[in-house]
Amino acid sequence: MKTHVIVFPGSNCDRDVAVAIQNIIGSSPEMVWHKDSTIKQSDLIVVPGGFSYGDYLRCGAMASTSPIMKSVIENANKGVPVMGICNGFQILIESGLLQGALIRNSSLSFICRDVIIKPTNKKTIFTNKSKISKMPIAHNEGNYFANSNQIKEIEDNDQIAFQYCDENGDINAHSNPNGSINNIAGVFNKSKNVLGMMPHPERAAESIHGCDDGRNIFESLLS
Amino acid sequence: MTSSNWHFDIEKSLVESHGLKLDEFEKIVEGLGREPNLTELGIFSAMWNEHCSYKSSKYWLKKLPTSGERVIQGPGENAGVIDIDDGDVAVFKMESHNHPSFLEPYQGAATGVGGILRDVFTMGARPVANMNALRFGDPKHPKTKHLVSGVVGGIGGYGNCIGIPTVGGEVNFHPSYNGNILVNAMTVGIAKKDKIFYSAAAGIGNPVVYVGSKTGRDGIHGATMASAEFDDDSEEKKPTVQVGDPFTEKLLLEACLELMKEDAIIAIQDMGAAGLTSSSIEMASKGNVGIDINLSKVPMRAANMTAYELMLSESQERMLMVIQPNKEELARSIFKKWDLEFEIIGEVTDTKKLILHMDGEEQASIPINILVEDAPEYQRDYIVNDPSPLISFESKDFEDKDILSDLLKMISHPNLCSRKWIWEQYDHMVMADTVVRPGSDAAVVRVHGTNKGIAISTDCSPTYCRHNPYEGGKHAVVETWRNIVASGAEPIAITDCMNFGNPEKPEIMGQFVECIRGMGDACSKLNYPVISGNVSLYNETNGVGIYPTPAIGGVGLIRDLSNTMTIDLKNEGNFLCLIGESDNHLGNSHYLSIIQNREDGGTPSINLDNELKNGKFILNCVAKKLLKSVHDVGEGGVLIAIAEMCISGMQGIKIDITKDFLHGFFFGEDQARYLVEVSQNKLEQLEVDASKSAVKIERIGEIGGTSISINSIGEIELSSLIDHHTKWFNEF
Repeated sequence: MKTHVIVFPGSNCDRDVAVAIQNIIGSSPEMVWHKDSTIKQSDLIVVPGGFSYGDYLRCGAMASTSPIMKSVIENANKGVPVMGICNGFQILIESGLLQGALIRNSSLSFICRDVIIKPTNKKTIFTNKSKISKMPIAHNEGNYFANSNQIKEIEDNDQIAFQYCDENGDINAHSNPNGSINNIAGVFNKSKNVLGMMPHPERAAESIHGCDDGRNIFESLLS
Repeated sequence: MTSSNWHFDIEKSLVESHGLKLDEFEKIVEGLGREPNLTELGIFSAMWNEHCSYKSSKYWLKKLPTSGERVIQGPGENAGVIDIDDGDVAVFKMESHNHPSFLEPYQGAATGVGGILRDVFTMGARPVANMNALRFGDPKHPKTKHLVSGVVGGIGGYGNCIGIPTVGGEVNFHPSYNGNILVNAMTVGIAKKDKIFYSAAAGIGNPVVYVGSKTGRDGIHGATMASAEFDDDSEEKKPTVQVGDPFTEKLLLEACLELMKEDAIIAIQDMGAAGLTSSSIEMASKGNVGIDINLSKVPMRAANMTAYELMLSESQERMLMVIQPNKEELARSIFKKWDLEFEIIGEVTDTKKLILHMDGEEQASIPINILVEDAPEYQRDYIVNDPSPLISFESKDFEDKDILSDLLKMISHPNLCSRKWIWEQYDHMVMADTVVRPGSDAAVVRVHGTNKGIAISTDCSPTYCRHNPYEGGKHAVVETWRNIVASGAEPIAITDCMNFGNPEKPEIMGQFVECIRGMGDACSKLNYPVISGNVSLYNETNGVGIYPTPAIGGVGLIRDLSNTMTIDLKNEGNFLCLIGESDNHLGNSHYLSIIQNREDGGTPSINLDNELKNGKFILNCVAKKLLKSVHDVGEGGVLIAIAEMCISGMQGIKIDITKDFLHGFFFGEDQARYLVEVSQNKLEQLEVDASKSAVKIERIGEIGGTSISINSIGEIELSSLIDHHTKWFNEF
């Protein structure tokens, strides 16, 4: 599998996701500098977490205009799997590949802790091996918002990827860490080849992390 | 100084406002053979203040043990370096940012983190973990809440953005910090042994390069401000606080590490306290050379900046380097790629002077040795007061006290309750190498790409130090050592952050001297040297000083991460045992302070032989895989430690012991003790090993159920314990 990880100034989970890809998919991704303009052939493009451009202006807004994003959008439109994690999710929203918005956590503070998420649509390239999984979140702006028409649209089209839930898989207010509408933790584009999610699967990818549930997303891509 | 003996052309008030005493100013005039101009006066002020010159502390700091078989670099560089095998080294240091954090908590704390990160990556190391040690005033003091949320926000804001995990720390509240909070930040980095970078400038004619952010007017005289007491008008000093930009620091980190892979850097020094002044002078002094700087070339953020302002600005995220002349273009292209400033501002000379030009005119010319070697050094007067007397407590005084309700009260107190509210605001998992998260004895971080780890702990008990500075100094060192042992690691070395009041007062200087003596004895006995550190004096407001607070950051090595220990109880049916001697020491304990609102009874004394013996025993048991969990018995005593293990592992326990003085046993703070979890089939071996090593072991109880139950007393549900433990910060 030929994989690519985009590196923006301020990306800080680029190495973490590259290690997870190497360990699970079996080959190192090519690290692509944001000022590059093309990705020729890819089986997976990852937009990693971090604080691209220091989160200045608005999370993900400046990175979404970087030269490389034109090529990411072109590849996404051709059906290449594209995955945005945390700040990567924010960038994919800002670039128009995904719907909605990510606003300040309802607690108004940064949250770093384990959450449990449940795959809502298991019939996609990213989730065919997914189960109820534990993995960390670490963000200030992860509160997913969309207006009621958009929510209806993404629900009707099975575009919700993951929802925050409790250990039994129940989706309730108690298990919602950041105030996201309908506990949404991740969404797909219409064709389900673009995924954005706030939780970090690369931080739950080996036993040393205390949990390796995050592997199933990468393993889904392999099958 | 009185105006009658003032015989210089320069205004007396100008000299005074630069924090220089008459005899210090006379020394400058004598050294230069003339009076300094304003820029030069500013440079002397910046170099000779307490923060940069260590003039009150130097004599005593030299008494600390600083060498050892694993020490590659001790105090004197940007950070200390220890050998962690396989050609890898750990680089670390802790530094204070107390004064600025009190004035402007978010930026003060954030730039504290930024500064210590730069100290570590200047040495060629990639930072892998941040820690901190924080002290705030009384939780009920009107400023405390604002300061706590600002400091926590600033630490998180900087560390989260740059992408270095903040893996742990300590937080205490005490009224002695009402007017001076303490923010001590520590960073640990990893480098290759043959790729360590130092600050000594070399090579006459080599270019001196400025990289990073532009220079603005922020933080001018920050280090001088941090070398003075506060009064009611301290708010006016806010403009001396710097403003941090973690995004630029991330770019600077990556650019520096990228250039360090090339054979281009001869010397590198971060611009921290006293900015361009101290960085250029330190590089020249260490290399025994001179430096010429053309200040017109310094990238400026504001128009019409003067030589004085450029030399004293503490704008953040800047570095000074001496590079190989033939690598200029390579270096420039790397910094350009990361959108950072890169400017050749001067060159190394053989004059042994700092010479500054601006707009074609000479602005300063000072021999380096006057600034550094001839800097004032004081052996200040000191008085060592008698330690607070020990009080022997007896069982009969506690007969009407309910242990379980005391337990609930204690674990819900700000000084013992869960710090989850804080650490959840810190990204403690970025870099994906965090093995033990905050909330255990020591944080453990994997050395990337290997199966070994670094254990880190920060600690200090100011109340112990206040009532017995010698034992308190020992305790601060030993507590980190024990925390590292309890995580299954071999303790290697420490960094210290010496926070005290005004050293010109003999009783404060006495506290400093005694803390150093205690620390030194502990470090020597435990083979646990000091490899870096920082001193913060004048932590006083309106003449009232803080408690003596020698905060210690300890680092240890776990060769095989499968031997990592944590505090959470693992399995029903296992036994919990107490290792070490208990003697019901309730003096200066959390029990007395929280339940009886008393601060007396004396600091527990530490028997270093027992510490060493018990610690080695724990590590032997870990190596033999006898233990399931380990927790050191620290603040609050045995029952608090048991409660923490239960909460962490979501396991209950049936405690079955017989004691004459239960309060003394459960809440006494005797030293050199650990609680260990052992499976039933290993229990006998553990007890045999203990007896062979002459280590005291006592069975405390069996793990299981959903409550802590104590024979003959009663029980308390885990859920109620957790509610009490987490309540305070959530409602703060």
